[in-house]
Amino acid sequence: MKNKIILSICMSVLFISFSFSQDKTLPSVKVKDLKNKMINIQSVENDGNPIVISFWATWCKPCKKELNTIAEVYEDWQDDTGVKLIAISIDDSRSASKVKPYVNASGWEYDIYIDSNRELSRAMGVSTVPHTFLLDGNGIIVWEHKGYIDGDEDELLEQIEHISK
Amino acid sequence: MKKNLFILILLSPFLLFSQNNTGEIHGNFESNLQSYRDDPTIGATAAEEVILHNAYLNILYTKGNFTGGLRFESYLNALMDYDPKYKGNGIPYRFATYYSDGLEVTVGNYYEQFGSGIIFRTYEDKGLGVDNAMDGVRLKYSPISGLYLKSFIGQSRTYFEYSEGIVRGVDAEFNVNEALKIEGKTSYILGGSFVSRFQKDNNPKFNLPENVGSMATRLNIMHGGFSYYGEYAHKINDPIGSFSFDENNYATGRAIVNNLTYSQKGLGVTFESHFVDHMEFRSERAKEKEFIINYIPTLSKQHTYTLLALYPCATQPEGEFGFNTNIFYKIPKNTLLGGKYGTNLNLNFARTNSIEGGTSYLDDSSSHTSRPLKSIFIKNETLYFSDFNLEINKKINKKVKLNLVVAKQKYNKDILEGKTIGEYGIVSSTIAIADISYKIKKGHTIRLELQEMISIDDATAENHADGDWHMILAEYTISPNWFFAIQDMYNYGNYNEEKQLHYVNTSVGFLKGANRFAIGYGKKRAGIFCVGGVCKEVPSSNGFSLNISSSF
Repeated sequence: MKNKIILSICMSVLFISFSFSQDKTLPSVKVKDLKNKMINIQSVENDGNPIVISFWATWCKPCKKELNTIAEVYEDWQDDTGVKLIAISIDDSRSASKVKPYVNASGWEYDIYIDSNRELSRAMGVSTVPHTFLLDGNGIIVWEHKGYIDGDEDELLEQIEHISK
Repeated sequence: MKKNLFILILLSPFLLFSQNNTGEIHGNFESNLQSYRDDPTIGATAAEEVILHNAYLNILYTKGNFTGGLRFESYLNALMDYDPKYKGNGIPYRFATYYSDGLEVTVGNYYEQFGSGIIFRTYEDKGLGVDNAMDGVRLKYSPISGLYLKSFIGQSRTYFEYSEGIVRGVDAEFNVNEALKIEGKTSYILGGSFVSRFQKDNNPKFNLPENVGSMATRLNIMHGGFSYYGEYAHKINDPIGSFSFDENNYATGRAIVNNLTYSQKGLGVTFESHFVDHMEFRSERAKEKEFIINYIPTLSKQHTYTLLALYPCATQPEGEFGFNTNIFYKIPKNTLLGGKYGTNLNLNFARTNSIEGGTSYLDDSSSHTSRPLKSIFIKNETLYFSDFNLEINKKINKKVKLNLVVAKQKYNKDILEGKTIGEYGIVSSTIAIADISYKIKKGHTIRLELQEMISIDDATAENHADGDWHMILAEYTISPNWFFAIQDMYNYGNYNEEKQLHYVNTSVGFLKGANRFAIGYGKKRAGIFCVGGVCKEVPSSNGFSLNISSSF
């Protein structure tokens, strides 16, 4: 009996840890859109299709390289997989006012939000940019990647295709 | 059978609670290890401990409207570019937050920013060693749509301790269109904030104000492609030091921020300016910069290429006028200059100088006034920094990408590095950079950075700065997992022949999913490393480094 109790406690603990380590979803944190309106990041949706969330900054070269590279093929990605890309800038008040002019000049069609005192970054464990997350149709983070080197967009597309089937 | 049933009953709550009901636990970890050895040629010194190590682990627990978290920090002992007051292990950051019907309550540590941060901002930047988290209570409340209220009370963190001063603040932001449900071409957001510090007056000689207030109002108007942001800040008398034995400074401070931007598809223009007089705000009077609790952004482009950032601009919160303007333009595809993919241009001009009439920090007599408008045109003012640069980013074909930068910079080394006036004067540099990447085959890319700096010293100055530099960097990457890099900085134009040195560095990195490992070996030059408006001095070093970052 005693053994069984110990076993059940062990299993309970195991279950708790299982349920903890399971799904990672978006935290409830407010960010600003390009009209300076506050929105809760949890409210973003894409009709059950995948969402890519990419943390970037106007001063970050690899971030801009990643987002400019994807911008060229974004329409194809959207047509093929229904994916939506949300680019979250961590520019603080030194450079936040450059976000909208830079985005427009570059012709990006992404949804852009600003996390200027890094509340969302902290909540999602983002310590350096770029840091890219992929969410499936249920809003569960199924893949993440730190940094960007040329060609990483191919792996991202593979991951998106994998879950959009 | 009965026993199995018993186990099942015992487990049932956990089975029901599993999935999202039990909440989520996440976190991230970072470890930076560096070995140090003596290298008298570059002035690097060995560490007594041989290796030094900084590490952090963040843990966050979320369930429904509740979030709790903590950060473990370890400095055994702190890396040489960190203040040695970061010492030992601890959990200096822990908090609990819940959210209920528009009210958010946080107890413990928190980071907060009012407006652009000009009277209050607490934040962390591990690269800079900045962490002035507050410890206390913060409330956020949104009673109606479009109205956002914030208030806090707390003490700010410096290393592993908290300030003696108690800081309190309130902030309100009103999004007119959101609140009144106006759908129009023009939108308005108004805001106002007040922050005050209490610290007991223990000074036997001077009568010091125990409560010091700082306030700011702000306005944001957007119309079509235009956006204007303005903020005015005023700080009442905040004596931070005495002029002389029997004279103290009771000056007030103020700041004016004006930002105007315009953008449409393919074009973006920004113009930002600020006037700042005696606006540094600390959580304890007469303490070092680690006690600063406001943030005055630096008005210059934040460069990431090494030689462009060799002489970085830093805000002079005690008195500065500056502006920063950018034009972003994309030459359309399929034109003569645009080519098949289009060409991105960024023209940038930034300048900062002293303020007309001088800073109130040095003169608080009633007849003294610093004049914002007159500071715009340099006449008697001292130049602090200027940077005129053009960046061209172009994809040549499917294999080759090119980024070119040319810049002309002027850097007042005496003012920006706190030297004696006349020691180095203004260093003028011309910098050119070519960054070329070539895709060898799927996933394999080689990238080459060539940088050149021609630097002219101030003829009237007593000392020479470092002179001319070459830099070359070669990087080979294999997506998605590997990078290899080698770089050499060569100070070939140093006036002192013994200092015409090479600084060679190699690094290898492995990235997979949420983990990143990097190993480096080589020499680093002493310099100033800045992010935002905050800089730190980094000593020269020679050794091996290992960085690990990971999240779950």
